[in-house]
Amino acid sequence: MDEFVNLKETELRLGLPGTDNVSEEIERVSCNKRALQGDTENETESSMMKMETCPPRKAQIVGWPPVRSSRKNIIQTKKNESDSEGGRGVYVKVSMDGAPYLRKIDLSCYKGYKELLKALEIMFNFSVGEYFEREGYKGSDFVPTYEDKDGDWMLIGDVPWEMFVCTCKRLRIMKGSEAKGLGCGV
Amino acid sequence: MNYFPDEVIEHVFDFVTSHKDRHSISLVCKSWFKIERYSRQNVFIGNCYAINPERLLRRFPCFKSLTLKGKPHFADFNLVPHGWGGFVQPWIEALARSRVGLEELRLKRMVVTDESLELLSRSFVNFKSLVLVSCEGFSTDGLASIASNCRHLQDLDLQENEIDDHRGQWLSCFPETYTSLVTLNFACLEGETNLVALERLVARSPNLRSLKLNRAVPLDALARLMACAPQIVDLGVGSYEDEQDSESCLKLQAAIRKCTSLRSLSGFLEAAPHCLSAFHPVCHNLTSLNLSYAAEIHGSHLIKLIEHCKKLQRLWILDSIGDKGLEVVASTCKELQELRVFPTDLQGGGNTAVTEDGLVAISAGCPKLHSILYFCQQMTNAALITVAKNCPNFIRFRLCILEPHKPDHVTSQPLDEGFGAIVQACKNLKRLSVSGLLTDQVFLYIGMYATELEMLSIAFAGDTDKGMLYVLNGCKKMRKLEIRDSPFGDAALLADVNKYETMRSLWMSSCEVTLGGCKRLARKAPWLNVEIINENDNNRMEENGYEGRQKVDKLYLYRTVVGTRVDAPPFVWIL
Repeated sequence: MDEFVNLKETELRLGLPGTDNVSEEIERVSCNKRALQGDTENETESSMMKMETCPPRKAQIVGWPPVRSSRKNIIQTKKNESDSEGGRGVYVKVSMDGAPYLRKIDLSCYKGYKELLKALEIMFNFSVGEYFEREGYKGSDFVPTYEDKDGDWMLIGDVPWEMFVCTCKRLRIMKGSEAKGLGCGV
Repeated sequence: MNYFPDEVIEHVFDFVTSHKDRHSISLVCKSWFKIERYSRQNVFIGNCYAINPERLLRRFPCFKSLTLKGKPHFADFNLVPHGWGGFVQPWIEALARSRVGLEELRLKRMVVTDESLELLSRSFVNFKSLVLVSCEGFSTDGLASIASNCRHLQDLDLQENEIDDHRGQWLSCFPETYTSLVTLNFACLEGETNLVALERLVARSPNLRSLKLNRAVPLDALARLMACAPQIVDLGVGSYEDEQDSESCLKLQAAIRKCTSLRSLSGFLEAAPHCLSAFHPVCHNLTSLNLSYAAEIHGSHLIKLIEHCKKLQRLWILDSIGDKGLEVVASTCKELQELRVFPTDLQGGGNTAVTEDGLVAISAGCPKLHSILYFCQQMTNAALITVAKNCPNFIRFRLCILEPHKPDHVTSQPLDEGFGAIVQACKNLKRLSVSGLLTDQVFLYIGMYATELEMLSIAFAGDTDKGMLYVLNGCKKMRKLEIRDSPFGDAALLADVNKYETMRSLWMSSCEVTLGGCKRLARKAPWLNVEIINENDNNRMEENGYEGRQKVDKLYLYRTVVGTRVDAPPFVWIL
């Protein structure tokens, strides 16, 4: 059952990962758990399993936990306030080819790739172009990449957001000819 | 007894007040039935669709107080769609037409409109008490009618309702001559409050005992209100933000010191923690403390407050208090009877603020504990067994482990043995909610040992129909059974149809019951209303041969003496 969960995590999808491009799946799992509804953009899971090894982000079940809306609202308000203060603090270095010095950003401040890329664009005054699952980023000389736990340089946007936050060591915005290999395809 | 004149018997009956007892004496003989029905003052109707107003009035023509409950319990968690039912209007209309001298109306989970409130306020001259719990459908305009027209009103108690706040002047609708207010609770109102009108109202209410404010009442206003009402017994603080106004704080402290009758404290809807110390002087008298909405207050401040509350009987708190905080409760609050610990992290898998250790500490330290609602991330069988040994007096035991199907986190076993120990030890257990990883075994224990159990809540539990059957066969006193996301199907549902005549209601959602099974049940038991709730258009129930396999999303059945209700919306199909 755990394998099933992991397959879902690495599944290739069209469009920018982290956005609501997956239609809600209604799955019958062996223990008869019903359709789950996620209301945030980043809900990618659609099944609840017997847990010991929990996936990082859980899908939300209607009416669970059994807490009245009035109580949920006060907790949500508090959460939003603390989220906007920066959250857990996953700081990584960001370098841009040609820039004189590096920057540091807190990945936990962002809810997904869209927000992150927007922030980077503003920070370094550039634009990334459009992400395509096969071809990578098209329409710009700049390509956002990151170094993962294995030391490999990966294209930002391929893996689910949560996985990215966990595995990303540093960011690098590649430019020019070096970027061409990762950027515009055919 | 039958040689006494009726008035004497009636006088004796006046001392019998509980609904159950009144019901029992009415069954003794015809003469007692007659005397009882004419002298019945308080009527309780647990399901507004089990009976109708006409029959109520026929049986009890002289009652003064009516309690009505509408939607099923799971409506609190958004499982019952809007518009399902529970309308109070027909009841108020019927009562208004009759000659009943209604003085008190208590409604829970019902739909109340401004029209209903207006009619209520105009129809009963001696109307004294309105208590609305978890209701919806009305606005502050309805409250304005009550304020304007109910000359003898004593209680206006609004608990956790959804009220459309028109930011109107309902508080100023109480006439200047009106001085009989005893209870005023408007904590659930979201909008602004006319502070001047409120202060004047409180100032001219010498009998005011209970005042619960909403978040729009700031610190300085609170100080003035408390200065006007030092006789207050039950206080709900609204907005308690530290405005760096030391003068207000000092005034508040001075006012609080004069409130020597204060026994119950709640609210703190927007609270700055360091102001809590203003209440320390009255803590030693407090019997009830509800800080479950005070999300801003952290563990250490809570603990400082609770350390002063040695007489506490009832405590509602957030899990930010932590296990350490619960240990302080256990060593301080030896009179504690009821504890509720609510979650601050709804998704689970995050902070483990309270664990099984907190629960065990409470059970060991508080010998009078009989009711508990405990939200937590993890539990063990060993802890539950210890709790059962420490506290065999539980009447209500509700444990909610946030993650469905979570096993004992030490042994990875289901929690069957833990809950089994609870039901075996607690011979007076009336209400139970189970959670975590549970097999049919736990239901075997419940059916075997929980002889007094009246209400059982099941979620994500069990393996086969046997589980539900153990409960239906074993728990003779079961009144309300609510089940969600559990693999119980038609075989369990249909095994003993007559069982449902002894119960108020059964709720099953996201289980294995089919449309065919429900139809068979409805045929066998015409005295039941079998409701299928189907909000999903894609899931439309069809009249075809596949009924046997068509799963029902939400089933709600209840006994009734008045047949199918006529106010059901289109998405409710009554079989």
